[in-house]
Amino acid sequence: MPRKPIELPKIEYLSILNEHGELDKELEPKIDNKSLIEMYRYMLLARRTDERMLLMQRQGRCGTFPQSSGHEAISMGSIFNINKNDWHVPAYRELAGLLWRGWPLEHILLYWNGFEEGASPPEGVNDLPVCVPIASQLLHAAGIGMAMNIEDRSEGGKKKEKKVVMTYFGDGASSEGDCHEALNFAAVFNAPVVFMCLNNQYAISVPLSKQMKNETIAQRAVAYGMPGIKVDGNDVLAVYQAAKEAVERARKGEGPTLIECLTYRVTPHTTADDPKRYRSEDETKEWMLRDSLPRFAKYLETKGVLSEKERNALEEEVDTQIKAAVQNAEEMFKSEALLNPLNMFDHLYEDVPPYLQEQKDELRDHFKTKGKDWSNPQKKAQTPASSRQ
Amino acid sequence: MAEMNMAKAINLALLEAMTKDPKVIVMGEDVGPDEGVFRITEGLYAKFGGDRVIDTPLAESGIIGTAIGMAIYGMKPVCEIQFSGFDYYNYHQLESHAARFRNRTRGRLTVPMVMRAPYGGGIRALEHHSESREAIYAHTPGLKVVIPSGPRNARALLHSAIQDPDPVIYYEPKACYRLFREDVPETMETLPIGKAQVVKQGTDITLISYGASMRATLEAAESLEEEDGVKPEIIDLLSICPLDTDTIIESVRKTGRAVVIHEGPRTCGLAAEVIARINEKVLEYLEAPVLRVTGYDVPIPYFSKEQAYLPDSDKVLNAARKTLSF
Ligand SMILES: Cc1ncc(C[n+]2csc(CCOP(=O)(O)OP(=O)(O)O)c2C)c(N)n1
Repeated sequence: MPRKPIELPKIEYLSILNEHGELDKELEPKIDNKSLIEMYRYMLLARRTDERMLLMQRQGRCGTFPQSSGHEAISMGSIFNINKNDWHVPAYRELAGLLWRGWPLEHILLYWNGFEEGASPPEGVNDLPVCVPIASQLLHAAGIGMAMNIEDRSEGGKKKEKKVVMTYFGDGASSEGDCHEALNFAAVFNAPVVFMCLNNQYAISVPLSKQMKNETIAQRAVAYGMPGIKVDGNDVLAVYQAAKEAVERARKGEGPTLIECLTYRVTPHTTADDPKRYRSEDETKEWMLRDSLPRFAKYLETKGVLSEKERNALEEEVDTQIKAAVQNAEEMFKSEALLNPLNMFDHLYEDVPPYLQEQKDELRDHFKTKGKDWSNPQKKAQTPASSRQ
Repeated sequence: MAEMNMAKAINLALLEAMTKDPKVIVMGEDVGPDEGVFRITEGLYAKFGGDRVIDTPLAESGIIGTAIGMAIYGMKPVCEIQFSGFDYYNYHQLESHAARFRNRTRGRLTVPMVMRAPYGGGIRALEHHSESREAIYAHTPGLKVVIPSGPRNARALLHSAIQDPDPVIYYEPKACYRLFREDVPETMETLPIGKAQVVKQGTDITLISYGASMRATLEAAESLEEEDGVKPEIIDLLSICPLDTDTIIESVRKTGRAVVIHEGPRTCGLAAEVIARINEKVLEYLEAPVLRVTGYDVPIPYFSKEQAYLPDSDKVLNAARKTLSF
């Protein structure tokens, strides 16, 4: 009856391209040039979109939204490892990934501007929409993974390459019961899920030190019985490598992985937040220097993949794309098809039950007394094009 | 007397209650140095420190569950759930435990705590930040539910909620936080939980509402008086559970007509309960069917269309005129 230590897996930290743009050659993942440029392009598109939305919000042309700037490497480095048949279950700072998966920019603008249409995934895109109730999406991700396993076994389990789910949550989210339950379910049922934690060190004003007592979020993986790793979340190569290994394991039927990506929320929590109330600007400035985009740009330039000139051309291309999408979206904001309040009754159930039809009629009549007839059929809103190029 | 808005009045009540009773504790997400996302806990962390103004981990079930433990032990936790749209995470702790401890221990263990949460639409907020689900709590035996409509009653009701020996849900109409100011007396006031207020005497029709919908109700009443020469009586329920049946039926006995107004969905909403009680007690006095103006039975639309969902003075006016001309 000895008393002895129990051996537990150690948790690794991975950094490949550091904040000065210095590369660890031995750890450098093999990614072809075209893919590298694509990754950079979507990170840039997300960054510039986020900046444009902030401007629009300040001018009253967009609602309150959580900025994604600073989280592009996490989203892009991971999502790049999955394909169309796999599933993407985002939280709300995965703009780069959503655009890469094929969500039109217009959808993003519609969603944050108060239109349900923006939450509707485009045809053929296996994504859930942005999820506001913290951590709740993680259970859906686990469930999709469990269903993939059941489907796979019902087909004889002979598939060599299994499908996977890529899902996201914040450091604050790691405190919710739903997060714990999702990780445990995924582990118990060996679900092919990659759990990406965006550890940006704050949940609104609450620093990570008030959120938990453990040193890393990654080490919780040990408790659930799955591999866990912590990576530099501003290093797109490190995120890519860790996610790649996790996806490979999941495809082989080896179950879920937890990846903690260390970054910092350099922006306010949302456009309604004032970080001066709870943290020093110096701290924020220091982290701004660790931004993922400049170091990735430097890497691409040094490698001869993307010159400064080509990068500038990309900037212009992205700018044109955003301008067109904003113009489109602003047309949509004014379109009667989207503004028709009577459509609030149409999508609750497959059919509109009589009691709801009665309420719909009541609202229609109410508008009629005010001189507005919403019952004339309106032109359907146009479907915007995918952002995927 | 000092003039202040509702946000400040709630803040004042917290400050007064914490100063008076060392057992009162504030806990929630971002209630410490950030002073709450609506700044309702302004100044409290600086004054009372981290033991009495607790920034919790991000877990609503954790907040309410631990508050139940604290309350049983003898503290008086006042929990802030950042938006009522997230209090479903902690509903099971309220339903299964806060609401039941007194009953199942035959009065030996009690849970004197408050859950505060901003509710309702009208501020162009994100998805899940605008619902009005007070009926769920009114439907949960063992909980009390109060909803203020202005600065003065907000402060008084919060004092009553904190002093109450049982768990109280205190829903704050966030659209009213900074909408208007009102005189609030120097001395601490309470309002009896379970009592409605007749805020305007009248003889022709009773308009019954609470919380954020009181604005639309008052506006409609003004039009009724000015344009129709009608004298409406207005009741602010203040307490959703227990509901003040006496005040309601006394008024309806006098007016014979009533409209009930709230922002939450219609089916099994508060209006349904109010109308049932009117039917049970004073049906023979009614001159017309009692109508209701409510939110529709759909999730409140995202903000581009939320105004169409909310009761407004036009909708109240239409219903009142229909009732009057029945
Ligand atoms: C269940 C729930 N509780 C509270 C909120 C309000 N809220 C929105 S974001 C947030 C902080 C989230 O922090 P974290 O998970 O670290 O993600 P981050 O926003 O930093 O990316 C809170 C408390 C919410 N949306 N859902």
